[in-house]
Amino acid sequence: MNEKFLTNCRIIDPSQKIDEQGNIIIDEKGKIKSIGKKVKLSDASKSAEKIDLKGNLVIPGVIDMKAFVGEPGYEYKENFRTLSQAALAGGVTSIVTMPNTKPVIDNVSMVDFIIRRGRDKAKVNLFPCASITKQTNGKQMTEFGLLKARGIIGFSDVNKTIQNTELMSRVMNYASDLDVLIMQHAEDYELSKNSCINEGEIATRLGLQGVSDIAEKIIIERDLSLLAKFPCRYHINQISTQKSLDVIKKNKSNGISFTTGVSINNLSLNENDIGEFRTFLKLSPPLRDEKNRLSLVEGLKNELIDVIVSDHIPEDEESKRLPFAQAATGSIGVETLLPLALELYHNNSLSLDKIIKCLTINPAKILKINKGTLKIGADADLCVLDLEKPWVVKPENLKSKSKNTAFENRKLQGKVKMTFLNGDLVYTD
Amino acid sequence: MATIKKVSAIKNSAKHLLGIQNLSILEAKKILNEAKTFIKLNRSSSKKLDLLRGKTQINLFFEPSTRTQSSFDLAGKRLGADVMSMNMANSALKKGETLIDTAMTLNAMHPDIIIIRHQDSGAPNLLSQKVNCAVINAGDGRREHPTQALLDALTIINRKGNIEGLKIAICGDILHSRVARSNIYLMNMLGAEVNVIAPKTLMPVSIDKLGVKSFTDMKKGLDGCDIVMMLRLQNERMQGSFLPSKREYYEFFGLTPEKIKYAKKDALLMHPGPMNRGVEIDTKLADDINVSLVKEQVELGVAVRMACLKLYCK
Repeated sequence: MNEKFLTNCRIIDPSQKIDEQGNIIIDEKGKIKSIGKKVKLSDASKSAEKIDLKGNLVIPGVIDMKAFVGEPGYEYKENFRTLSQAALAGGVTSIVTMPNTKPVIDNVSMVDFIIRRGRDKAKVNLFPCASITKQTNGKQMTEFGLLKARGIIGFSDVNKTIQNTELMSRVMNYASDLDVLIMQHAEDYELSKNSCINEGEIATRLGLQGVSDIAEKIIIERDLSLLAKFPCRYHINQISTQKSLDVIKKNKSNGISFTTGVSINNLSLNENDIGEFRTFLKLSPPLRDEKNRLSLVEGLKNELIDVIVSDHIPEDEESKRLPFAQAATGSIGVETLLPLALELYHNNSLSLDKIIKCLTINPAKILKINKGTLKIGADADLCVLDLEKPWVVKPENLKSKSKNTAFENRKLQGKVKMTFLNGDLVYTD
Repeated sequence: MATIKKVSAIKNSAKHLLGIQNLSILEAKKILNEAKTFIKLNRSSSKKLDLLRGKTQINLFFEPSTRTQSSFDLAGKRLGADVMSMNMANSALKKGETLIDTAMTLNAMHPDIIIIRHQDSGAPNLLSQKVNCAVINAGDGRREHPTQALLDALTIINRKGNIEGLKIAICGDILHSRVARSNIYLMNMLGAEVNVIAPKTLMPVSIDKLGVKSFTDMKKGLDGCDIVMMLRLQNERMQGSFLPSKREYYEFFGLTPEKIKYAKKDALLMHPGPMNRGVEIDTKLADDINVSLVKEQVELGVAVRMACLKLYCK
C-alpha cells in the first residue's frame, strides 16, 4: 500500500491534546507517520496518495467497549460482517464483543473459534470478552489465566450481575494477581425482580414493575468495599443514576482505583421517551428520569465516568413485538454512538474534546491497548466527520442486521464521512 | 423489515377504549349518559335490542374472570351482537403463539370489536395496533380497567346525582390494582377529590403525581369521605413479603362498621369484587343494603358495557 497524505482537515486527538488544522501522513504499513499543523506535502513520499478531507474533522477511530455480535448462536440477529459494517459507518474501529452468545464464551475453544471467525469476517478490530462465570450463571468462575493467554481482553457477565458476595470477592482476589479486567453490570436481583422500567410515576402510570436506583447503588457499594480489600482492574459497565455517582465520587476520593462507563442510551434518552409502551426503549439499566440523565452528563464532566458505550444489543422484531414486560431488552447502537455523542456537544452539554476522549483514549487505557490515539507509530485507525451535517436516523438505512434502534426518526447533527482502518479507507459515506 | 409504527405518548384515537388516561372528559360523559339509557332497559322484561345486529364481538380473556367476562357477554347479546368468548387458557398461546399472531388470526375473521383482558400491562395497546376493529380493554396487568371505573362512576352518579365535589377513598392493594388506577383518573376527571389508603408496601411510588392524597391511616384517609371503595387483597400476596399476615391487615386496613364511621354519615361502600370477607371487609357490612353498592355495581356494569359496545363498535 502507498503512503497516504490526508490534507485540509481539523485534527482532534485528546491523547496528545491536539486540536488544530493540519495534515496527516500514513505510512506503507498503515501507521501514523506524522501528524499536525507542521506536516507538509513534501514530507510524504512522491508516490503518496493525496486525500482532500475538505475541512472535515479527523479523530482517532472510536472504541466501543460494549457490543453484542450474534456469532455464534444468534446469527439471525447480527453477525461479524453486519456488525463491522455498522461499526465502520459509525466511525467505530475497535469493538469489545460480549460473551453471552450461544454457547457462551467461557472456555478456550470458544475463544479460538471467535478469534478466527472474527478475523475472517470482520473488518474492524475485535477484542473479545469472556464471561466471568461459566454460562454467566454467577456460580463458577472461568479460567481467567488461560482465557487471557488466548487473547481475551476482559471478563464480563454482560447484563448479569454476580449476586453472590463471596464469589465476587474471590473473583476480585483472583483477578488481581492476573491483571485481568473485570467488568460488572450493577443490579441487585432481589430489588429488580420482574422490573422492566425505572421506578416512578411513569412505571405507576404504565402499570409496570419499576426498579429503584438503589438496586444499582447497592451492588456498586458492595463491589467497591470488596475492591478496597482486593484491588483489581475493576470496571462498572453502565452507570445510570445520581446515587451511583455519589458512591463513585466518595470512593474515588478515598483513593480506590476503578473505572466506569455509561451507555449512550442513558445519556440521550429518559423514561418519558418510552411513551406508550415503546419496547425498543426497554433497556438495562432502564432509562431514568431527566434529573438522573443530567447527573450522568455531569459525571462525564467531573471524570466520574470514563467511557461512553453503545450497549449494542441487536434483537429481531419478534422478540420486541410483545407486551412490554415480555419484550426483549436492548437497542442496537454501534452505528449511532458517535453521532449521538456529538449531540451532547451541539447542545452545549459537553466539550468536543471530552466526548472524543471518552470514546477513544479512555477506553484504550482501560483495555490497555495501543488504540484510540493518533500518535506517531500508532495504527492509523481514524474517523473523518462532518461535524455539522444534519441527518435523520432511519432504521432501514442502518447497517445492522436487526433494526431495533431506540432512536428511530431522531434528528442528528454530525455524520461520519470516512473511516480508515490500519491506513485503509474502509468506509465512505 | 416492516417499519415499526411509532406510538405517541399517552394519546390515542377514539377508536379504542384502552384506558381512562386516553379518554377526554367529553368522551367519558358520553359513555355515562349513554349507559343511563340502558339501565331501564336492563330492568324491563324485554331486554333485547338489535343495535349491533350482524356485528361480531370477540371476548379475548387471557386471565380468568367471572363478572367482567359475563358482563361483556350479556351486554353484547342484549344489543344483538354475535358474541364469541375465547378461553385463552387453553389456546394456541400455550403452543407458543404470540399475542400478535393470535390477534392476526382473529383479525382475519373480521370481528367488529375485541374485548381483551391480559395479565401484561399494555397488551391491549399492542393488540389495537395490529387489528382493524375496535379494542376495549377489560383489564391489563396493573395498568387500567376502564369499564370498571366507568361503572363505578355510573353507580355513584345514580346514588349521589353527581361526582363533582365528592370525596372518594380508595383503600387496599393500590400497588397491584388496575381498578384503583382507572378510578383515580376518572374520579379526578369528573371533579372528585381522591384519597388512597394502603400499607406502605402496597402503595405505588409517586402515586401523588396522579393527583391523589395518600394515607396509611384509615381514620385520616376516610375523614369526610362520601364513598369508600375497597379493593380486593390478592391472597397470594399475604404469604409474600408485602404484609405480615391477614390478621394484621384486617386490624389496620379491613373495613369494619367502626371504621366506616370515620367517613361521612351517609357514606357508601363499593367493591369491584370478588370480595374476601373478613380480610378487607367485614362480612355484615358487605351485605348491608343501606351502605353497600356492590350489587348495584354489578347491575350497572352491564349498562356501561352496552354503552361502550354501542359507541366503539362501528
